[in-house]
Amino acid sequence: MEATCPLTSKQIIDEYFIENRTRLLDVAAFLDRLERSSDGDAADADFRMEAFYRALRILSAGGSDKIEQIQLVFSDPTTEPKEKLDTKSASGAWNPAAGR
Amino acid sequence: MYYIEMHGHMISRTTDDYRDMAMAGCVAVSEPAFWAGWDRRSADSFEDYFGQLTDFEPKRAAQFGIRHMTWLCLNPKEGENRGLATEVIRRIPRFLDRPNVVGIGEIGMNRITRNEIATFNDHVQLAIDHNQMILIHTPHLEDKYKGTRVTIDNLLKYPGLSPERVLIDHAEEHTVGMILENGFYTGLTLYPNTKVSLPRAVDIIERFGAERITISSACDWGPSVPTAVPQLMLEMRRRGHSEALIRKLVFENPSKFLMQSGKFELPRLGIRAEVRQVASAD
Repeated sequence: MEATCPLTSKQIIDEYFIENRTRLLDVAAFLDRLERSSDGDAADADFRMEAFYRALRILSAGGSDKIEQIQLVFSDPTTEPKEKLDTKSASGAWNPAAGR
Repeated sequence: MYYIEMHGHMISRTTDDYRDMAMAGCVAVSEPAFWAGWDRRSADSFEDYFGQLTDFEPKRAAQFGIRHMTWLCLNPKEGENRGLATEVIRRIPRFLDRPNVVGIGEIGMNRITRNEIATFNDHVQLAIDHNQMILIHTPHLEDKYKGTRVTIDNLLKYPGLSPERVLIDHAEEHTVGMILENGFYTGLTLYPNTKVSLPRAVDIIERFGAERITISSACDWGPSVPTAVPQLMLEMRRRGHSEALIRKLVFENPSKFLMQSGKFELPRLGIRAEVRQVASAD
């Protein structure tokens, strides 16, 4: 990837390590919280979590452009308009089964 | 440093927010028409809203030396209602001559339905018919990629439309490239959770450059930060970016874009000449 950030890698780590460590811990706590859910249901079948786990796999893989890859994991890849409005708000991940 | 808030829903904010923005260097706000959080029941409601945007709100901003500009439309969240949209669009022209109206917006799509697309196209035609600039909302989250693609595809069907007079807003990493490649202006929105964080906004600027990119808070009635643009300035300084680059993003680019409306000026001493200088730099 082209060098477009003025900071060196050490400067980037010095500046951003702790806040990103915190974000990582928040993700871990979120996944643990799902394990402790009051209904005990597996969350893995939820289409949002399926996308979430796919995104995590991109994070842990090598290569660049992780942000764009993850954006597309959560995105509706189709171009066909919906026949009518289904809901006012987006849910955060595309649901292929519902066509939404 | 002076800055322009390119997308602030100020009717939802307090007068104290105007004061805080002015203290942080804000000299102008551009306020698109938007969704109230509930669907309006009649076109009369929109007329009242347009009156607020073109009369009351400029006076409130002016108390703090902030120039208020606005965009008029029926917003994407209500675009499914074709009957209401048709009537609102019919009534918009009578407001277009008001001194702070700079164009039609924020139009666009929400869930990308056939009706929403039809309403979007009606607004585009309205803008063309009245030689107005356009500000476009792109959908949130999983709908952003599709919504941006469909928006651009529709805009390209209007050969008379000048892309440099259209700003496609709320761009993110996976949409900013297609917007800029087609000659449009774009906006990065510093909004918690559903849009772009400060570090990601600076990453996008580092990857895509600063040409035709603007920055906004999109502050509204939801959790949002009216002084998010000055926060971006701090984030850019944290990365070691130059003051010239920051100024280009927060003042020069918005000035160049808005000057095309023929109505944008900043009457505060010294700013008027500065804006003209920016506009003539090309």
